[in-house]
Amino acid sequence: MTGVLTQLLQMMLVLGAAPLLTGVVRLAKARLVGRRGPSPIQPYRDLLRLLRKEAVVAENASWLFRVTPYMVFAALWLAASLVPTFTTGLALEPTADLIALVALLASARFMTALAGLDVGTSFGGIGSSRDMMIASLAEPAMLLVIFTVSIVAGSTALAEVAHHMREAEVGLRVSLAMALVALIMVALAENARIPVDNPATHLELTMVHEAMVLEYSGRHLALIEAAGMLKLLFFLSLIACIFAPWGMAGPGEPPAAAAVGLLAWGGKLLLGAGALALLETSIAKMRVFRVSEFLAGALLLGVLAVIFLYVSRGL
Amino acid sequence: MKDLYFDTAHMLGTAVLLLSFALLFQRRISGVINTFALQATMLALAAAWQAFVQDAPHLYVTALVALLFKAVAIPVALHRIVRLLMIHRTVETALSIGLTMVVGVALVTLAILLVLPVTSDSAALTRENLALALSVVLLGLLMMITRRNAVTQVIGFMSLENGLILAAIGVSGMPLVVEMSVAFAVMVAFIIFGIFFFQIRERFDTLDLHYLESFRGERS
Repeated sequence: MTGVLTQLLQMMLVLGAAPLLTGVVRLAKARLVGRRGPSPIQPYRDLLRLLRKEAVVAENASWLFRVTPYMVFAALWLAASLVPTFTTGLALEPTADLIALVALLASARFMTALAGLDVGTSFGGIGSSRDMMIASLAEPAMLLVIFTVSIVAGSTALAEVAHHMREAEVGLRVSLAMALVALIMVALAENARIPVDNPATHLELTMVHEAMVLEYSGRHLALIEAAGMLKLLFFLSLIACIFAPWGMAGPGEPPAAAAVGLLAWGGKLLLGAGALALLETSIAKMRVFRVSEFLAGALLLGVLAVIFLYVSRGL
Repeated sequence: MKDLYFDTAHMLGTAVLLLSFALLFQRRISGVINTFALQATMLALAAAWQAFVQDAPHLYVTALVALLFKAVAIPVALHRIVRLLMIHRTVETALSIGLTMVVGVALVTLAILLVLPVTSDSAALTRENLALALSVVLLGLLMMITRRNAVTQVIGFMSLENGLILAAIGVSGMPLVVEMSVAFAVMVAFIIFGIFFFQIRERFDTLDLHYLESFRGERS
């Protein structure tokens, strides 16, 4: 019963925290380049404004175009609420498998790409094709990271991975360090952050994600944007859960432990947001055709991580 | 505690290897030089750590030599050469970067497959270190093959030598004389290369060694 309650709490929590996280990242970025920046609660206002507006749909749009925002939002909300954040005692814990999470992300991406093609504008087509190119390189890298982590922890279930990383004497593993870097690179690409895509622009020939969702308005756009915010939260929670699971409460522990876990999670997210803002302000966006090299780097790190894991196992 | 020694040494060795990959990945000459300086710094750290673990004070000297010459002096000199010759353009590669990376991973696998069976009766630390060092050497060779510009080829050569030092510090009981002579040989080689840069530049107006091929009779 407590499992169900914590699961519901977690679902509400990720939904409530995701816009705040995006707002904090935007504020930190603005401050780093010497601007005042909007208040961190600005994303909530944006979402509310979009929800109140009328949704305009292109004349030749099919049902697919209208369904996609809901599908994408549902998939990402589910993914974000499956990752253990403050406690591992969640009701849906047995389904929180790394490969299932990748599948959820991939289906959301697939729907977005289809919707980008659906209206038939050239921008949508460009966005979809580029997004698929990025996905085809990011997903193998992500899978190699998952292989590395699950070979170390002996499981692909996130709760068990977190438990293993916290309890067992894992030590300073080279493979895990490489997997962490590779996962960060994949997360940057998946979230359309700066070296790969620019989240802050519209109407630029180099944009990828924004090009696909250019035709959306009103509540559809609100859902798509909320899904993007949830995705950022998902990746930060995932990195925190796998590589820094300290402070997280286990199943059946008293509420005080969960409160500590909540505080620790908030701290990790703030740290991640700060690091992301720092990274985004210190590097420039790549040309689209260099993205493949960037992601090939992530893939390479993943391959090396697996190779070194086998080597150190073989000794 | 033993684990921490091992893990840290392993981590530093892998950092050197990863920076070898970063060298292959870079497109700008200044980026290549900076990455090389970082690699030499990592090498110095690895040497200092080995000195601490093996309780071998002479390795501190190796670390110092690596830090002073390879992390500071040579990069500064290379930056100066690049500025004087005005060649801070894009690095010209003979192979595409993605393909180079694939070959690089294959070379690392080859090094591991080669070293591990041969050294089956040594300590784990030595074996891993040798595998890493051989990978760095092979990647340095790969860099020399796949770059057309003379400056980047020289950096490939220097990073190859980083791999040799990495191998030397991992083996306990390597005399200091050997390391010192390797370090000074590289220094001398670097000076000769420097002179060659200016000679090649004067004669051909470029450092792209591609143009030299016609003089060897390979191209009509």
